Amino acid sequence: MTLDAKIPEGPLSEKWSKHKFNLKLVNPANKRKYDIIVVGTGLAGASAAASLAELGYNVKVFCFQDSPRRAHSIAAQGGINAAKNYQNDGDSIYRLFYDTVKGGDYRAREANVHRLAEVSVNIIDQCVAQGVPFAREYGGLLSNRSFGGAQVSRTFYARGQTGQQLLLGAYSALSRQVATGKVKLYTRTEMLDLVLVDGKARGIVTRNMVTGAIESHSAHAVLLCTGGYGNVFFLSTNAMGSNVTATWRAHKKGAYFGNPCFTQIHPTCIPVSGAHQSKLTLMSESLRNDGRVWVPREKEDAEKIRKGTLKANDLSEEKRYYFLEERYPSFGNLVPRDVASRNAKLVCDDQLGVNSEGQAVYLDFRDAIKRDGEDTIRAKYGNLFDMYQQITDENPYKVPMKIYPAVHYTMGGLWVDYNLMTTVPGCYALGEANFSDHGANRLGASALMQGLADGYFVIPYTIGDYLANMPATKVDASHPEFKKAEEEVKQRINTLLSINGQKTVDEYHKELGKIMWDYCGMARNEKGLQFAKQRIAEIKAEFWKNVKVTGNNEEFNQSLEKALRVADFIELGALMVEDALQRKESCGGHFREEYQTEDGEAQRDDNNFAHVAAWEYKGDDQPEVLHQEKLVFENVKLTQRSYK
Amino acid sequence: MKLTLKIWRQKNSQDKGKMVEYKLNDVSADMSFLEMLDVLNEELTLKGEDPVAFDHDCREGICGMCSLYINGKPHGPKQTTTCQLHMRSFNDGDTIYIEPWRAKAFPVVKDLAVDRGAFDRIIQAGGYISVNTGVTVDANEIPIAKEIADKAFDAATCIGCGACVAACKNASAMLFVSAKVSQFTLLPQGKAERKRRVEAMVEQMDEEGFGACTNTGACAAECPKEISLENIARLNREYLFAKLTSNNV
Repeated sequence: MTLDAKIPEGPLSEKWSKHKFNLKLVNPANKRKYDIIVVGTGLAGASAAASLAELGYNVKVFCFQDSPRRAHSIAAQGGINAAKNYQNDGDSIYRLFYDTVKGGDYRAREANVHRLAEVSVNIIDQCVAQGVPFAREYGGLLSNRSFGGAQVSRTFYARGQTGQQLLLGAYSALSRQVATGKVKLYTRTEMLDLVLVDGKARGIVTRNMVTGAIESHSAHAVLLCTGGYGNVFFLSTNAMGSNVTATWRAHKKGAYFGNPCFTQIHPTCIPVSGAHQSKLTLMSESLRNDGRVWVPREKEDAEKIRKGTLKANDLSEEKRYYFLEERYPSFGNLVPRDVASRNAKLVCDDQLGVNSEGQAVYLDFRDAIKRDGEDTIRAKYGNLFDMYQQITDENPYKVPMKIYPAVHYTMGGLWVDYNLMTTVPGCYALGEANFSDHGANRLGASALMQGLADGYFVIPYTIGDYLANMPATKVDASHPEFKKAEEEVKQRINTLLSINGQKTVDEYHKELGKIMWDYCGMARNEKGLQFAKQRIAEIKAEFWKNVKVTGNNEEFNQSLEKALRVADFIELGALMVEDALQRKESCGGHFREEYQTEDGEAQRDDNNFAHVAAWEYKGDDQPEVLHQEKLVFENVKLTQRSYK
Repeated sequence: MKLTLKIWRQKNSQDKGKMVEYKLNDVSADMSFLEMLDVLNEELTLKGEDPVAFDHDCREGICGMCSLYINGKPHGPKQTTTCQLHMRSFNDGDTIYIEPWRAKAFPVVKDLAVDRGAFDRIIQAGGYISVNTGVTVDANEIPIAKEIADKAFDAATCIGCGACVAACKNASAMLFVSAKVSQFTLLPQGKAERKRRVEAMVEQMDEEGFGACTNTGACAAECPKEISLENIARLNREYLFAKLTSNNV
């Protein structure tokens, strides 16, 4: 099958409006004859479900949490970008488009990104109308701030809780539709398979997480809005429940997986404190505006610090290595996320790390406090400093913070065309679950923008074109394809429950995560990836022979939930490694050590790798087949990023 | 440190349930409370026993999924969510009592996990502004004084965890309801539906079986997001206003 991205003809800025006109419509009276399933209730899922129900479709919404309001979009801190140009600082749709393509290191589709920039302005209008309390100036108008990778102030925010406020806005719109009866809501319900009838996505199989009931739901289209797969690393800033199962199951039913190795590692997170660690906490990257990043210059000093016999504050100026300032004099501590993360790793690899595990660098506010006073710093970052102190029990006004990079976002995801449809007809992927708009690196405040763009302003148009071309006839959930999928799910569950081995699910998850982090994390190389490939195969084999899952299916069983998810993470991990192996270049978050410039920066290979890698599943234990979608750049010129 | 845990175990909503004692050695002060429970669950799993069920997700204090009534206080001794509570708040040798939220409107699902669907149904009754996607004006055409926007934001930071209900001797949901009512009442966008909204949400709250408010303020004292009692006063005003004046005119 050749990949057709279905990018509309015509000039970049006219593609979306022309496309909208050319899309077929379902007339209002007929919309009520079509059923749509939405899996996931984050920004993409909640906004899509609400908007589609408003149009008149019958929507069924599923989430694994106890309420749709818990989805992990809620944890986004910084803000949401939009090309409103309210600050009169030269912003425009084209500039947001350009910054996003460049920030993604030229591995995203131009047409998609331009559409994203176009609808960004509508998102802000929509959210304000819903009552989202964005930050405002005294004059009553909306306030903006600037973010990494942009030279204009285009980020709208609600203190450090923008994701929460946007999600609650979408959740309220969704709740309104639940009340009208147009949306049927299923909480504590997890999708365990996608069902195809005659080659089209016609429903899903779910498990009721309270009773264990395995159920089928049929529809005319299925939207996967299930977020990213950062938890393949075990430790990440994702929520504990975030998982890849919905998209991975769709992948195994024919949806190609795009750029799985593109993961974003955020430089400023609170370091791991011990083996008990269950998740990592992000500290806003705004801290790098005033904090200076350093480690001791000498290994001996670093060792003393790790042992606790030397204090950071006792180290004189010449014994401190301000590695970002020294290596990148023009950008200093404000280099992009991928560069800052990789350099922190390099100094720790050189045994200069400063916590007991040797996996931390300092982020020091001493000089900023001396310069501006403690009150000024408190006014800017007070809540972050408090959060840091709560978790680490150290006072960052007195001793430097310790930080380390952590997995934060996945740019890869299900391959989708311009209409957000996967390679399975009728199965769509929205938000972080798809691969589409961020290329090899996402800019700050763009994830919220994409989730809401897909849900509010793209899918309501594009899905009509698909439904208008299919009869409204329903497939019954007792169709043999549903029964077959249910049986497979039950079989998988029974197998997991009957192994009764020696190791817990978490033990395997941690083992997988460590392999992924060490060999497919911030820096990758051929030898390490080959080793990881072999180890993951071993972990997979052992998991299915030796995992211990307690209890039974017909109850609230959190071990079983985890086991089903980790089984899929193991398979995904193998594909990520495969993808990282084939991409013999460095770009954005994907740094292959063999491909770097003389001074250690990422070296892209536009001749051979300006493409999307889309992987096709071919059956268990068969190698996946790689398809390429060539990326054509007609509007931006490809250049090498430099921050020296 | 070494701990004795007394945990509520209840197989499902029909089961009677009881407190069960567990000993845990080797707890580090740096662990979060939930990580301490993770350690217990790993031990139970390896022994072939049923691990303790509890709700949690983001583990950074914002999703509102974690709960737990710890030593008689919702979310434990600090005014924060349980996931942001660390073991350094306890001492070696402590006995810790861990129970689910206790409220008729929040039935136990299993062990420490409860069903907070009642909160969703209250929002469905009226916790929104009726605006369809795309039917909007430019965002800056609705100027809102910063002080008003900030107050609305403060109310909107409610995470829907249910600690207010668990803290209240009457299991009242007034703080939760008042936070949402306040957010929309304060904003000009929410004014059009203010009477209908407050009546519908209060009616649903009563239907769910939450208790009455007697203004003791336990809810606000335990709220991890410091939602203010002022919101309850505003809710009462709004409700009275809606009941005493004619319909939306």
